[in-house]
Formats: sequence, C-alpha cells, structure tokens
Amino acid sequence: MLLLFLAALYIASCKGRQEDEMIVYNKNSAALSKIDSATETKIITEMPATFGIGRKATNAEIKAWDIDVRPDGKGLPYGSGNATEGKVIFTQKCAACHGKEGEGGAYARLVGAMGDTVKAKTIGNYWPWSTTLFDYIRRTMPYNMPGSLKDDEVYSLTAYLLYRNKIIDSTKNMDAKSLPKVVMPARQYYVDDDRRGGPEIR
Amino acid sequence: MERPKEEKEYSFNDSKKINRRLLLGSVAASAVIALVKTTTGQFVPAAVAKPASAPPDPTKVQGPPPGAVGTRSPFEQLAKKTSDTSSRTPLQSLYGTITPSDLHFERHHGGVPVIDPTAYKLVIHGMVKKPMTFTLNDLKRFPSVSRIAFLECSGNFRSGKQEMTPQEICGLTSQSEWTGVMLSTLFREVGASPKATWFLAEGSDAAVMTRSIPMGKGWNDAMIAYGQNGEALRPQQGYPARLFLPGWEGNTNVKWIRRIEVSDQPFMTREETSKYTENIKDGKIRQFSFDMDARSIITFPAYPVQLDKGWVEIKGLAWSGRGKILRVEVSVDAGKKWYPATLQEPVLDKAHTRFRFLWKWNGNETEIMSRAIDETGYTQPTLQQLIDARGTDMGGYHLNPITAWIIKRDGSVLFKPEKWK
Ligand code: HEC
Repeated sequence: MLLLFLAALYIASCKGRQEDEMIVYNKNSAALSKIDSATETKIITEMPATFGIGRKATNAEIKAWDIDVRPDGKGLPYGSGNATEGKVIFTQKCAACHGKEGEGGAYARLVGAMGDTVKAKTIGNYWPWSTTLFDYIRRTMPYNMPGSLKDDEVYSLTAYLLYRNKIIDSTKNMDAKSLPKVVMPARQYYVDDDRRGGPEIR
Repeated sequence: MERPKEEKEYSFNDSKKINRRLLLGSVAASAVIALVKTTTGQFVPAAVAKPASAPPDPTKVQGPPPGAVGTRSPFEQLAKKTSDTSSRTPLQSLYGTITPSDLHFERHHGGVPVIDPTAYKLVIHGMVKKPMTFTLNDLKRFPSVSRIAFLECSGNFRSGKQEMTPQEICGLTSQSEWTGVMLSTLFREVGASPKATWFLAEGSDAAVMTRSIPMGKGWNDAMIAYGQNGEALRPQQGYPARLFLPGWEGNTNVKWIRRIEVSDQPFMTREETSKYTENIKDGKIRQFSFDMDARSIITFPAYPVQLDKGWVEIKGLAWSGRGKILRVEVSVDAGKKWYPATLQEPVLDKAHTRFRFLWKWNGNETEIMSRAIDETGYTQPTLQQLIDARGTDMGGYHLNPITAWIIKRDGSVLFKPEKWK
C-alpha cells in the first residue's frame, strides 16, 4: 500500500504542475490504485473541496450591493436625521400611498402605537427591530421610485415614523449610533417557531 | 371574502379604484403607470387563445406542419387566477404532480424584474475565506442536481364563501423539477466559516427581497436553481437564478438572487418581522416559521363541478415540507369514517403527491374531505385544531386546515368555509 502510494507520489511529481493532471471523480471506484497506470489518470473518490470556478469578488462590487442593516447596527451608513425633517419628506414622497401622516391610505397604515385602538399591524405595535425600518425604506421605498432616497432622508423618515408611533420624541436625532439603541415595543412578544412535525399541532 | 389580515393590510386589491385615481393625480404619476402595468399587465395572458373551432372531420384536411414551439390546445383554457399581489395555480385543472411552468403561482413584492443573463452575477461574501463572484456560466459549470419538489407560499389559504375553487382556496402551491448547484458546493468554494450560523439571501427585484436563512439549511439541501421543468427558470420564478429551499415557505426561496452574505446572526429583515410572522396564543408572535406543514386538498370533485351519481374517482394533492407523505385519508361522510387513499408512486420527499380514492356516490347530500399524514407522524389538522393551538387571534400564515366539499343532492359541489374571526 505504502509502496503504491510512494509510486503515485513519484508519478505525480514527474508530471510536474498539478494543474496538468488528469483526474476523474468516481465515488464508487473500487480501484486499489489511485492512479490508472495505463493512462496516468488520477482517480479520486471524494469530491474536490473547490473547483476553481468563479473569481474573487472585488471590494467595490460588494460595497455596491451590501446595503443590509443588522439589529446591532452593522451596515448603518454615515448620516443622520430627525422627525421634523422626516415629516417634510414624508408629505412629499410617502403620503400619497400611506396617508397624510402615515395613518394609511391606498397602502399600508404605518402608524399605530402599542396599546391604542388601531387593529392593523404597524411599526408601533408589531415591528420588533428599529433597524429594519431603515433597511426596508432604503431598500425599496418609495414603491414608485425604489432605492432613490439619500441616507439622510432615510434617517429622517425613520425618525419620523418612530416618532409618529410614539417610540421616540420629535427632537431625537437618528444616526448609526442612536438607531440600534431604540427598543421596539413589540420585540418582547417575538418567539421562535416551535412547530416540530410529529403528532402535536402547534 | 374573508382574507387573513396580513394580506389584507397591503393588498392592492382592496383599494384598487381609489388607489389608481389617487396615484394618477399625485406627483408620482409617471412611475405609477409602471406600477399599474406590472400589477395588472403581467397577469393578462400574452396570447388569449381564440375560441376553438375544429373542422368537422380532421382526417380530411392537412394540419399545420411541425412548429418551432409547441402550443397548448386552444380547447384548453388554462389560466392562473390573478389578484394585484399574487396569481394562483389552477390545481383543479392539472393532472399528475408537475405544474406547467407558465401556471406556477406567483407572489412578488416588487414585480418581475428583467435580468440579462450575460450580466447576471451572484456575490457571496461575509464570513467566508474568499468572497467570490459567480456568473451564470460559472454556476452551470459546477456539479448539478435536479429534484422534484413543491413550492408553497405560507399565506396560501383563502376562505369566506361556498363558491370557491381549489385554485382560489389554495392555489399558491406549485411543483417543478428544479435544477441547479447545491449551495453547499458554493459554500465550500468560498470557504464559508464553520462559525457562521445564518446567511442573508438577497434578490435583484425592486423589493431587493431579503431573508435570513440558517446555515444548516444552506449546507443541507439548499440549491441555487437555474432550471425549471427542463428549461431555464421562468422570469416569474426567478430567472436566471434563485434560491430553492425544499419544503420551506415560498418567500424564503429568494428569486433573482444576487447576493449571499454569510453571518453569525439573523438580519431581521422586514419580510421576517413585519410579514411572514404569525400571531399565536398569549399575544406572542411566531417568527422564522420555515417548514411548510403537511396539507392536502381534494381537487376533484370540487366547486364548480356538477357531479353525476355513480362511480367517482376522488383526486387530489398532498404534500409536506417535512418529508414524504406517508398516507392520505379520505372521508365521504363528513369526517365520521376515514379510509386510506391510493398514493401515486413514486412518493417523493417534500413533493406534491397525487392521491386517488374510488367512491360510488348514491346521490345523497354529504361532505367529502382529505387529510395528509407525513413521515414525522403529523396529521393535517382541522381549522378548529389550529385555533385551539394558536388562539382566535391566529395569523394568516401557515394555515393548512382540512378542506371539506359539500355535495348537494342536485350534484353541485360547494366549498365549506369555516369562520374563525
Ligand atoms: C406608490 C405607493 C407608495 C409610496 C409612494 C410609498 N409606499 Fe411604502 N409601501 C407601498 C406598498 C405597496 C407597500 C407594501 C409592499 C409589499 O409588501 O410588497 C409599502 C410598504 C411600506 C412599509 C412597510 C409596512 C409594513 O408594515 O410592513 C413601510 C415602512 C413603507 N412602505 C414606508 C414608506 C415610506 C417611508 C415612503 C416614502 C419614502 C413610502 N413608503 C412610499 C406603497 C408605497
């Protein structure tokens, strides 16, 4: 066995650069030898870890698409805004669909503080993380011009909607530091899926 | 028609009229036209077949020569049922288990994007040894796999009136043969960290759809699919490439996938917090409900079929996101007695399974229904069992109740809607 192995090594080294090697993958190969001596083709029984297909991603390429924001604030950009500025932008760019002050219109109601009489699910009574608001608005709103807002505008709109849902006051500045610290009223109600299959209905 | 709250709140349908008028008059008018186009335009079948007419004797005229692309018989008027947020598969019109690709259900959050396959790329980065970019050609060079599996939206339940078809009640499920590269193969290529626990999947539609997925699913059976039923994915299913997670709620199967970020925590995107979560008992909100529980539905006889007395082959579909269908049981006496149905082989893992049951109807009024049992020992519940488990405030996602059809003496078949709110 050891001899065979050494022989294989010898042949492999004679062949020079590894990339020139002929290799076949055959999971079920019962061949004792890992080298087919007739053709000098190497036989492997385990898939290669990598195939050398694809290229290294450039930093610019990643940066252009990496727009997500995590609950710990990772991904939040430079910039800031508050509710007063947010109200102006909301009136211009959002109110046509979500109502004058976010009370709902053709599309979703966005305002309804925890504990008030609003039945709809809102940022105030249902959203568990403040960072989601920034991520979502920047990613896809306004619906008719997705991805068109500047980071400062997104901070302002986020501040405005948090204020309207009675989560922060109107003067509070939202930025990469302060936004992740805002605790959403609904967070305490969230639990992980407990369905597991089996006889119990959950 | 009663609809789960989650959908109602942001459905385009409920306020279509007000909405158009309002939007056309608004500052956003130009962009709004596009919105109207994507929401209604795409649902109009491209070529609505003309009323079919056949020659009196087809043996006396030459037919058209072989064509470049086959067509459906003009006598078969199959169509999805569209709303402004989704379109539904005509389950009652299909045979076997594969959904023709043009009848696969649709639910998008930013319309269907047009993506040039030569410009397409998938970036994988984050907790990896080597962040990498793959072109569509790259993806196709990797070892490929094919598997037949269903894909179901977790909001797939409608009720409210007797005149509802299987398509209207549960047409947000479809099945295809998916072909692609295992995500585990790509994870090895980039050297995904063993410490990573979640990854973010992001689409390149106008919603830039994002979902956080546990790495375990990624290593286990996730695919980056580029093939559907023998051809490239349809744009409506994610052309040129999508994430496919067998058995998991439709929305997690991110279409038009452009980016995967490997991480050690979930990202808490809007689609896994504000949406695709459900109220359960004690004011709790259930999150990351990935697996689609076992379900079945009789697709014949069903509304609006007119049934004749005598032998009837009851037919339907059963499926489970947790494995294979073990058994389907049918009742023809409103749930008093249950009998095993015949399952069409092969029964596949996480796949629509066809069941059949022979029955001689004596013309009396009755109710027929089916329930699926999967290999975990789970039995498809009644709506009441779901309410008992989740409370009367239960949300509209992951509802898989037994569906009953009422058969009247005159042979008409009606859905039996049940109320819970
Ligand atoms: C053309 C109409 C339109 C405009 C203008 C618009 N939205 Fe929206 N908005 C929608 C639609 C439609 C949805 C639901 C999208 C979906 O789920 O697919 C939505 C969803 C949202 C949500 C998520 C609601 C929830 O509970 O999940 C937020 C937050 C939001 N919009 C904020 C904004 C902000 C901020 C602006 C202004 C910058 C804005 N929208 C402008 C149509 C609009």
